[in-house]
Amino acid sequence: MKYPKDGKFGEFGGKYIPETLVPAIEELEENYLKFKENKEFKKELDYYLKQYAGRPTPLYYAKNLTEKCGGAKIYLKREDLLHGGAHKINNTLGQALLAKKMNKKRIIAETGAGQHGVATAMACAVLGMKSEVYMGYKDTIRQKLNVYRMNMLGSKVHPVKSGSKTLKDAINEAIRDWITNVEDTYYLLGSAVGPHPYPVMVRDFQSVIGEEIKTQMKKLSNKTPDTVIACVGGGSNAIGTFYPLVDTNTEIIGVEAAGKGLKSKYHSATLSAGSKGVLHGMMTYLLQDDEGQVTETHSISAGLDYPGVGPEHAYLKDTNRVKYHSATDVEVIDAFLMLTRTEGIIPALESAHAIAEAMKVARKSKKSESIVVTLSGRGDKDVEEVQRYLSKNDKN
Amino acid sequence: MTRINEKFAELSTKNEKALITYIMVGYPNESATLSIVRGLIKGGADIVELGFPFSDPLADGPVIQNASTVSLNNGTKIKSFFNIVKKIRSETDIPLVLMTYTNILYHKGYTNFISEAKKAGIDGFILPDMSIEESKEYIESAKNMADTIFLISPNTTKSRIEKIVKTSSGFLYLVAVYGTTGIKTGIQNYTLKAIKEVKKITNGKIPIGVGFGVSTPEDVQKYIAAGADAVIVGSAFLKLIEKTPKNSLEKNITSFTKSLKKQTILK
Repeated sequence: MKYPKDGKFGEFGGKYIPETLVPAIEELEENYLKFKENKEFKKELDYYLKQYAGRPTPLYYAKNLTEKCGGAKIYLKREDLLHGGAHKINNTLGQALLAKKMNKKRIIAETGAGQHGVATAMACAVLGMKSEVYMGYKDTIRQKLNVYRMNMLGSKVHPVKSGSKTLKDAINEAIRDWITNVEDTYYLLGSAVGPHPYPVMVRDFQSVIGEEIKTQMKKLSNKTPDTVIACVGGGSNAIGTFYPLVDTNTEIIGVEAAGKGLKSKYHSATLSAGSKGVLHGMMTYLLQDDEGQVTETHSISAGLDYPGVGPEHAYLKDTNRVKYHSATDVEVIDAFLMLTRTEGIIPALESAHAIAEAMKVARKSKKSESIVVTLSGRGDKDVEEVQRYLSKNDKN
Repeated sequence: MTRINEKFAELSTKNEKALITYIMVGYPNESATLSIVRGLIKGGADIVELGFPFSDPLADGPVIQNASTVSLNNGTKIKSFFNIVKKIRSETDIPLVLMTYTNILYHKGYTNFISEAKKAGIDGFILPDMSIEESKEYIESAKNMADTIFLISPNTTKSRIEKIVKTSSGFLYLVAVYGTTGIKTGIQNYTLKAIKEVKKITNGKIPIGVGFGVSTPEDVQKYIAAGADAVIVGSAFLKLIEKTPKNSLEKNITSFTKSLKKQTILK
């Protein structure tokens, strides 16, 4: 859906927001629509994406991994090579630039694994803006290094101790801050979630991933890839990968976090195991109990630890355009180690979900076929977590 | 005429404004809820808002967030909530308004949830994350069943207030300040201005209740003087409940309610 005027992807999306935020959301939409077609804005954003963030990113043929799997060719879209180490910078540069044009003096953001927080802090530092980041208390411990990075970049980190102390609560707290400081504050949401226009705006800023994949594959093989795969938490790298390919014949697969298994309570596989509901300003799929209370989630990767999902993914699932699968923590660790050892690339645990699925698909596919996996981030932030996991499970 | 309409009509003949009190059901526990409501009624509350807890109360400040968590941990469920409402309803005719978040109603189905609530004795709903744009099914389900009370904010535009007035029934909930519930910022000039502006638009068609951060008799007095038809006090009650031992709950709630109610009686 190009630009859903009412913010609806089928029945999903919309604006379920406190009234105080309505003028802010309307102002945001008005400015986004104005600047997204503005030549100067596009030129400036393009400059930062190329010269500062490092676009375009390579499409790397993972020969060793491909040979290990013995099937389809696996290509990695190297978003991990971007400045900051993840795809998040595509969106934060876009939104921070927009906030600057809107004369907003203060930027707030939420973060899960800390990648969006870091990318926000970087974009704000380079554009000369002040930022504050809300981060679940649990995540500040799991991802301590990212907290240090944000602090050094000049951002103030607020640990959130309410609820499950993870990403969902960080979003609640950021929204509360926004309600309180609505006049001068810009909320820089990091995923394709929240009230309209965030899901569509974040998708647009991340679509550079899928656009480049299209161009690069065309050059390599003169066609679109047979399959693209990306991990889905809120779903920003995935929607950025998928959206430009939705109208092609490419098979599209999103991979959610199955944690300790979909039958356990410990997972974050919203689309695979959730039901429809309203959270964080949008109608989407949620993990919730039979009373409509949002449940706590689990994933080995803090960035996928979220009980909701972007509304456009909910729509793509219900219309059967995209398949949503999942990978367990165990599969993810295997994929993490496999990519690390065969290719010398340490993937983020989030991205390792997509690698796990790609390995499964490759084994079942013909050698003539091609799979593009979005490697959304690098795994430096996760080495401690993986080490902990390995020593606990004595599996090295 | 709904119980809420009747209450405002009755108050107007007595030259009084309404005191609306909010509490979280199941906080600090289920049995205390009844004593608290009895205290509110004895103290002269005109309308009681009953909070149903939600896991992600994004319009609420720390006091109501905490009450929400405690209530959920105590095992408050929709069924047990409706049982409490039934008990309250068997003792009193006071208008009861259910305040919670959209997902709670959506999940059970708007029609289903609203008719169950109505049967238990609920007269109206406040959903702080329900915008008029998304409210079609909700409004249709509540028609002839319960009042749908929408919120407006000091930054809501005139044309939007007009739309909200059309969608609302019972009363309009004017959020006093930029912030979450229980916020302490003192009385702002923009709020007093907003009350006057909104009154011009509603032109007496629907009463205006002012809430968020209203916590003392002085606050009540000032908002009433500025033209509010009702004041809504919530977090202040939860704070009082938190520090009051169980055996004095009813008594202390009664006297605090009285001190607030006094300010709504015009001379």
